[in-house]
Amino acid sequence: MSDNKVGAVLVIGGGIGGMQSALDLADSGFKVYLLEEKPSIGGVMAQLDKTFPTNDCSMCIMAPKLVDAARNKNINLLTYSEVIDVKGYVGNFKVKVRKKPRYIDEQKCIGCGNCASACRLKGRIPDEFNLGLSKRAVPYIPFPQAVPLIYTIDPDHCLYIQKGKCGDKLLCKEACTADAINYEMMEKEIELDVGAIILAAGYDKFEAGIKSEYGYGRYKNVLTSIEFERILSASGPFEGHVVRPFDEKEPKKIAWIQCVGSRDKGCGNNYCSSVCCTYAIKEAVIAKEHLSSIEPTIFYMDMRTYGKGFDAYYERAKDEYGVRFVRCRVSEVQEDPGTNNLRIRYETEDGELKEEEFDMVVLSVGFEPTEGVKELAEKLRIKLNDYGFCETSELSPVDTTQPGIYACGAFSGPKDIPETVMQASGAAAKASGLISSERNTLVEKKEYPPEIDVSGQEPRIGVFICHCGINIGGYVNVPSVVEYAKSLPNVAYAEENLYTCSQDTQKKIVETIKEQQLNRVIVASCTPRTHEPLFQETIREAGLNPHLFEMANIRDQCSWVHMKEPEKATEKAKDLMKMAVAKARLIEPLPTISLDVIQKGLVIGGGLAGMISALAIAEQGYEVYLIEKEKTLGGNLRNIYYTLENESTQSYLESIIKKVENNPYIKIYKNAQIEKIEGYVGNYKTTLKNSSVKLELQHGIIVVATGAQESIPKEYLYGKDERVITQLELEKRIANNSFSFNHETIVMIQCVGSRDDEHPYCSRVCCSDAIKNALKLKEKNPRVEIFILYRDMRTYGFREVFYEKAREKGIIFIRYDIEDKPIVQKNNGGLEVLVKDLILQEKLLINPDFVVLSPAIVPRKENFELSKQLKLPLNEDDFFLEAHVKLRPVDFATDGIFLAGMAHSPKSIDESISQAYAAASRACTIISKKEYIAEAIIAAVNEDLCSGCGVCVSVCPYDAIELVTETKDGNEIRISKITEAFCKGCGSCAAVCPSGAIQHNGFTTGQILAMIDALGG
Amino acid sequence: MKEDFEPRIIGFLCNWCSYAGADLAGTSRIQYPPNLRFIRVMCSGRVDTVFILEALKKGADGVLVAGCHPGDCHYQSGNYKTHRRIMLLKKLLGQLGIDPNRVRFEYVSASEGNKFAHVVTEFVDEIKKIGPNPLKEKKK
Ligand code: FES
Repeated sequence: MSDNKVGAVLVIGGGIGGMQSALDLADSGFKVYLLEEKPSIGGVMAQLDKTFPTNDCSMCIMAPKLVDAARNKNINLLTYSEVIDVKGYVGNFKVKVRKKPRYIDEQKCIGCGNCASACRLKGRIPDEFNLGLSKRAVPYIPFPQAVPLIYTIDPDHCLYIQKGKCGDKLLCKEACTADAINYEMMEKEIELDVGAIILAAGYDKFEAGIKSEYGYGRYKNVLTSIEFERILSASGPFEGHVVRPFDEKEPKKIAWIQCVGSRDKGCGNNYCSSVCCTYAIKEAVIAKEHLSSIEPTIFYMDMRTYGKGFDAYYERAKDEYGVRFVRCRVSEVQEDPGTNNLRIRYETEDGELKEEEFDMVVLSVGFEPTEGVKELAEKLRIKLNDYGFCETSELSPVDTTQPGIYACGAFSGPKDIPETVMQASGAAAKASGLISSERNTLVEKKEYPPEIDVSGQEPRIGVFICHCGINIGGYVNVPSVVEYAKSLPNVAYAEENLYTCSQDTQKKIVETIKEQQLNRVIVASCTPRTHEPLFQETIREAGLNPHLFEMANIRDQCSWVHMKEPEKATEKAKDLMKMAVAKARLIEPLPTISLDVIQKGLVIGGGLAGMISALAIAEQGYEVYLIEKEKTLGGNLRNIYYTLENESTQSYLESIIKKVENNPYIKIYKNAQIEKIEGYVGNYKTTLKNSSVKLELQHGIIVVATGAQESIPKEYLYGKDERVITQLELEKRIANNSFSFNHETIVMIQCVGSRDDEHPYCSRVCCSDAIKNALKLKEKNPRVEIFILYRDMRTYGFREVFYEKAREKGIIFIRYDIEDKPIVQKNNGGLEVLVKDLILQEKLLINPDFVVLSPAIVPRKENFELSKQLKLPLNEDDFFLEAHVKLRPVDFATDGIFLAGMAHSPKSIDESISQAYAAASRACTIISKKEYIAEAIIAAVNEDLCSGCGVCVSVCPYDAIELVTETKDGNEIRISKITEAFCKGCGSCAAVCPSGAIQHNGFTTGQILAMIDALGG
Repeated sequence: MKEDFEPRIIGFLCNWCSYAGADLAGTSRIQYPPNLRFIRVMCSGRVDTVFILEALKKGADGVLVAGCHPGDCHYQSGNYKTHRRIMLLKKLLGQLGIDPNRVRFEYVSASEGNKFAHVVTEFVDEIKKIGPNPLKEKKK
């Protein structure tokens, strides 16, 4: 049934979004081309120091993804490349790509950096990764963890390329022992056939110099937030010391100015950049952590900490870190020429003009469309929106205007990392839905020879020691280490290589294993973190179990860090060798644990998120059970009638319900209760109670999409006076024309039950909802007076434009303070609202016809039950807690269970849709395969030794161990049982087991003690 | 005489953060004393106190355990648990007459190449001050 669809996808942009799309697709049976214009993938996230709101180290959490993307056989990295032209049609595009010359051979370069150290212009070229705050050489890698780890000669600065001559000789070429430098290299054109395209090309930062009143570029101590991010970074230009770049003095007072290039009609960007408030808080907090004497101040208009956990972060910044927040507009920054300090002039809310001096000013720059977006849009024939970002809509957040082309992340508008990751997975689901018939047609499946049974064999260890050009060989006496290795017990063979990782050495290793009948292999070279999989693959090709391998890191943690002490470095290398041999003698093959997968899904919750997830899974060709506790599908969306952009939600909902009900792959159970869920990834059994019938369903994954609900306000006369209603009630009345549009005055009150002691979080959607309904009322009756009483207007992203429109339409916004909330009372039968206007500093009295409240969105009570049944954690606000707030926003820590919609946290329709698609995409990475390969490095219990004390049960972070009672020789005994599918292999249990019954495969107590003993002896 | 004492230190580094940080020290060519012999474990939570005792018994002059920063542990909480165990162990060591400062727990993230080098340098200095492991001397 081939309609010429191609089972491959082109992902444009190698940032965190592009990587996520690529990984999801590759893991679901599609070939991926991941195209990035820079020499390395990683995007902006690589430049960040920490990520909010958990202050995780950005590189630490991203690096595993970089490595995964690089290693995945189905991902073809096209770095330093650009799209020239796109032809074809949905399901079958022909894309022409230009690969720019690196002038360094990708096959030969080993990333050692000798060329950079030899370069004549070393330390003279501004390093763009550090925004010019440090200098690099002409050959460069953007950052140390770059993927691929291949150098590039910067053609704009290379003397040889520019002038045809570089001194008397090419120092880089001379320094390169791998013979990788090639000045003859030309650009290459490649043609790709793909079924779908995903745009994840990111964004640019606002050019801070345009706002000349802040003096960026003129004043030395005015920096952008991204420059400050590099200053904070331990791998940045000042190694994480907070200093002013030009005089390297420690600043005391630092000011952040918000909304630079955002919410600013003057510079053409009238949208909000969504992330700057929270990142400024993060930078202030981290700066303070680095240097406690710092006094941070953030100058802002509205504090838009609307995301999950953001408000708590904001409060902590105020209370624990003493970050000062000043609500104002900054009019100007001026430099004191003597001290280079800066004077900030600002106008407070109540109109007072103030001036204050700072040592450093950080401009929180906003998002802009990327430079090349127009050109790219033309090539792809997609539309851009009014702001120059890729056009998408609230009801189809990852679709571009061209079928078969999807967009995610900041390419379609400002968003933070988790939103980007969700959309990236979402776009992957869309793309794979489109070409699901071509699944597994283009992916590589490697065939290996059968595994040699080494049990009972005396270890015969082969040792391969790498010179790594001169990187090891220049400091460590490699031949003497080889001789030493030969003298160690069970070493049958040892040799040295110029580059052990090179293609030809791999072949040689395979041959040597066969010739010498080796059954254990050690490579002494660089770090196992990057190279272990390569060598494991090699020995597997020779028929050895990949775990019969050990590595000695004699470069990164030896030759490179003891360059001035070659003798001691050699001594250390020998010790490391000895330890590796001691361990290798005891290593055993580890079985691949593969679990059968039931290729079906279960979605809990028949609201929008649940339905979309179910549909997306079904579109990929897998059966889904959709269970809903109510008698109808639709959830909260049934109470929403139109979007901010005025799209009708009810007709949309109807069409979705119809699609779900008519899809042959979806089985719907309404009025259904879950009685029991058992099992693990790939193998779940759920017992349903559907009125009186009991049902058992079997499935491989679970999507939790149980939603949330509007709370019932306890204040402002709600429930006591029928003229006090909620936004949802208002919307319903507007929609079915039961609201009289003759009213003169309406007051809306925001944050009713949100951001208070009971619900400290922001409900995220209420600001936009209030504006949506207010605009609707104005549309029907332009004379109606509407007052919106708010704390911070959180119309993030393009929603800001509607806030602006509301003000233009004469809607009056009055900010109130939580300590001095508005009062709603009855007077002579009429309603009266008293509120203190913080701008006029006086109490206002309004007599509205109606008061409309924005109640908090609260988690459902059912969450508790489900969290217990599935052992899923809830956060402090009782929403479900994902595996990682930044990079795994739809996964749970438990494999095989995913999260979508408001069960995660309050969110808008488009965000729910994206996340629902994302959950489907993640789910399909599992159910698209017949088996699930679990971690091999896991723990195992020796039942004879286990005393049933249960210490392991209490330390296991994954609830993978339980105590079971068994009868043995007629006696009842308690022993630990590990569910292999749950174990992630940290080894914590093995560390605490008092009877030595638990082994941590790959890192057994015996192996580690042998290493210690080898050294001590 | 203490001048030419070169301590021998065993380090346990968690794969995800500290080992990566140590690698970064390498890629950044940050130099530190060559006294450390490291063992990679998946998580600092794997470090059994028996390993530390065995190392001391076998004559190591110092033992360093390094893991992810609080909240960063790849396995949620292994670092906390080991940190706590090591605190207890140190008390015990004192009672046994072994200087508890021979054992050290540090948080080193994947981006802290500098910190890693710094930790090792400082620890080597400290062990030099404390002097050789008495258990080793006895063996001789
Ligand atoms: S993984 Fe680093 S301490 Fe647990």
